[in-house]
Amino acid sequence: MLSPIATLNASILTPGGLDLDRLQGLVGRLSIGSVDYGDLFFERSEAETWSLEDGEVKDASFHQDTGVGVRAVAGDRQGFAYSSEVSVPRIIEAIDAAVRIQKDSGQGQVAALQETSAPRLYQPINPILERASQFKIEFLKSLDAAARAADPRVTEVQASLTISYREILVAATDGTLAADVRPLVRLSLTVLAEAKGRRERGSSGLGGRYDLATLLTPEHIEQLVGQAVSQAVINLEAVDAPAGEFPVVLGSGWPGVLLHEAVGHGLEGDFNRKSSFYSGKLGTRVAAPGVTVVDDGTLVDRRGSLNVDDEGVPSQRNVLIEDGILVGYMQDKLNARLMGVAPTGNGRRESYAHLPMPRMTNTFMEAGEADREAMIRSVKKGVLAVNFGGGQVDITSGQFVFAASEAYLIEDGQVTAPIKGATLIGHGPKVMQAISMIGADVALDTGIGVCGKNGQSVPVGVGQPSLKIDRLTVGGTA
Amino acid sequence: MVAEFNPELEKSRLSERVEWILSTAKRQGAEACEVAASSQLGLDVQARMGQVEKLELTRDQSVSVTVFVGQARGSATTTDLSEDALTRSVEAALAMARVTAPDPAAILASPDQMIRTVPDLALDHPWALTPDQALALAISAEAAGLAVDARLTNSEGASVSSTRGVSVHGTSEGLLVGQSSSLHGLSCVLIAEDGDSRERHYAYTHDRNPALLVDAEEIGRDAARKTLDRLHARQCQTGEVPVLFTADVASGLLSHLFSAIGGNALYRKASYLVDRLGTQVMPSWVTIAEDPLLLGAIGSSAYDGDGLPTRQQTFIEDGRLVQYVLSLYSAHRLGMQSTHNAGGVRNVRFSGETDWPALVRQMERGLIVTDLMGQGVNLVTGDYSRGASGFWVEGGEIQYPVHEVTVAGHLDQLFQHHLVAVGSDVDTRKSLASGSLLFDRMMVAGESA
Repeated sequence: MLSPIATLNASILTPGGLDLDRLQGLVGRLSIGSVDYGDLFFERSEAETWSLEDGEVKDASFHQDTGVGVRAVAGDRQGFAYSSEVSVPRIIEAIDAAVRIQKDSGQGQVAALQETSAPRLYQPINPILERASQFKIEFLKSLDAAARAADPRVTEVQASLTISYREILVAATDGTLAADVRPLVRLSLTVLAEAKGRRERGSSGLGGRYDLATLLTPEHIEQLVGQAVSQAVINLEAVDAPAGEFPVVLGSGWPGVLLHEAVGHGLEGDFNRKSSFYSGKLGTRVAAPGVTVVDDGTLVDRRGSLNVDDEGVPSQRNVLIEDGILVGYMQDKLNARLMGVAPTGNGRRESYAHLPMPRMTNTFMEAGEADREAMIRSVKKGVLAVNFGGGQVDITSGQFVFAASEAYLIEDGQVTAPIKGATLIGHGPKVMQAISMIGADVALDTGIGVCGKNGQSVPVGVGQPSLKIDRLTVGGTA
Repeated sequence: MVAEFNPELEKSRLSERVEWILSTAKRQGAEACEVAASSQLGLDVQARMGQVEKLELTRDQSVSVTVFVGQARGSATTTDLSEDALTRSVEAALAMARVTAPDPAAILASPDQMIRTVPDLALDHPWALTPDQALALAISAEAAGLAVDARLTNSEGASVSSTRGVSVHGTSEGLLVGQSSSLHGLSCVLIAEDGDSRERHYAYTHDRNPALLVDAEEIGRDAARKTLDRLHARQCQTGEVPVLFTADVASGLLSHLFSAIGGNALYRKASYLVDRLGTQVMPSWVTIAEDPLLLGAIGSSAYDGDGLPTRQQTFIEDGRLVQYVLSLYSAHRLGMQSTHNAGGVRNVRFSGETDWPALVRQMERGLIVTDLMGQGVNLVTGDYSRGASGFWVEGGEIQYPVHEVTVAGHLDQLFQHHLVAVGSDVDTRKSLASGSLLFDRMMVAGESA
């Protein structure tokens, strides 16, 4: 198997009339005047989506994108231009546009390009090529059949298979030369169930940076169908959610979206340098004792993992909060330099046509010792929320929301009726202090997270053990 | 730089690509084909704390192609418009069309349905703006805002953007049309601090015509006022109270109703308004229409995503749902006719006669919602529950800023039984635009009593 650099050399550089020598020259052209740092980001991506509806795969699409993004940084100023045509004249045009961010002339410092070594956390494969179309179609049809067979109340099924493949190469004035080949696969299922004049939806999904042989298994059909169908039929019986402040028990896994919103974004270096609630709080208590939160881009095969980030920095395991004390932020190169710290492997971008920013990878809370049953028993009146849609945060005020899609009422220490979806709202730092019990059952999500920031989407992972939060506002109607 | 953009040249370049794809697809065995191509050139600058922070030149292009083999289809998109990449796209789409199941609803506009001549809707206006001028404008907006009050200690910056673009749409049935359009804008986000209270808010202006943008310093001052107003926000008490959505967020609320009468949700039965055509969905004093042909407006287009001519039409009349929002595809799925709405509604204006102060007085006591957070909208059931912030009102006057609460209800109930007034203050920056909306009762969750 070719090294990532050799792969990219063959697929992007050579067809664009480039080689490593030529690349060194172009990086040199970026380093003029007061430019502190500059990089060229080459990318080639492909994606294939197969969609099932009405029991048939009637819709399929293929997407290809190739391009190069050019960035010049001077102080905290960034000049940026990009081209979807990879050729020397277009790159020179983009460089000349990007360096306009500063007015000085004269040659700056350029390090010799040297290949970054990084571990291999996932295989450099293109899963699009792995199976024949007919196999993918038949798999989706068996997923459909299983969902319909699972419960007679299921009336509609939609399923999709998305297979992506991305090659990236970074060459920078600091000598960085790094490449990565990133597969990403995902299966999604949505069912509609109908009974007694009510209709409800349930959904599920899973995926990661691995091959189709790992994704397309009978066990995964069972898992997806079980989750989506039970969510839909449980919600058919749901009563109105309560309104007001209650103790809330959160399930393990995907409910970790709480951490992503309540603390994750506030610990990204750019927000932190400017406007985050967490600015200047390093070394202070920001969460209850026992709370340890980690962002880890090095987990094997996970959706949020990266061998190197989009600035060529190998990803790492970064402890953000340790036993309730704030100990670290997530950084890209620009914000790390401005804050006088090292980059942490969190510099990510949606594509060559977007500027990198500090972003999360896989963000999760480590296990405690409590069990979920004990948490439920300790609640007189409250809510157990086991599944969620998305969330959002205002990092300046600390306010965040996340929307429950499967939740239950807890009355006198017992789980009673399912309740309709409701938004939970809180103040991130206050909620982190209100965590009173931490489960032993830590789990990561199934590989479905997409994080949006400043208009850029990137795949992420979240996770947590079951948690009890003493007070959270529940946005029901009863 | 963006002013150098030549829409006529660009339109002919894209048209030539579109025709090339149509003939290539046919030669390779496609029985029918549809191609959409677009390209944009833009400038995007950001300043923060008086200094340039970002200077970005954007140049995007993409082509999407759908091919048909019998009644089966496959599609492909690419940003690379070279013959190699386009050939590869056509081949990939064809390979998919040969294995997908037939879909009788996937049809192209016939020659008698498609638009013939495209009127000039005045959507493309150049802005002779250099990067330095754009930066100066951003800096002046931010400076005017920060100067309003010493509690404005920080900024997320002010941005100026200017984009011009062209889109071309062609089919094997003979459609070949194009439009050019521009969008220019300025926005400012400020941060205020006072004691332990930290708040952030924004203001923006955008228009197809740069001459119609709001003055930069006024945007800065508007952002300043909105940010200062939020300081020392707190929760209000949990309870059922009247709720007034400002025009900015009311548009979003109304868009949920329009999603629920959209063909894609309806044919999948994923809407709380399934089978409600002809029935009451809003109070009898409500009539809502779209006007896609307004000159220079944000949502204007002479044709829809299927190449059918757009038209003025009414969706809600005297509170009754008189028309769905349908494309050729969703109409076919529902056994109906297209409403020429592939891509959605354009320039919906829901407006009343009550001005803002009168709405606040009419509410008397309750919550004004200025901002919403999260995705707690279930279109299948109509259940609505979102994070909110705004102001508490007593005696018809604003008392204090509110945050960290939720507003919840059921969309069908809210629009049918609880909507009591709509403001005259329509936010025309949006394609789907509403005046402020007053509901007589929603559940607000905040502090427990």
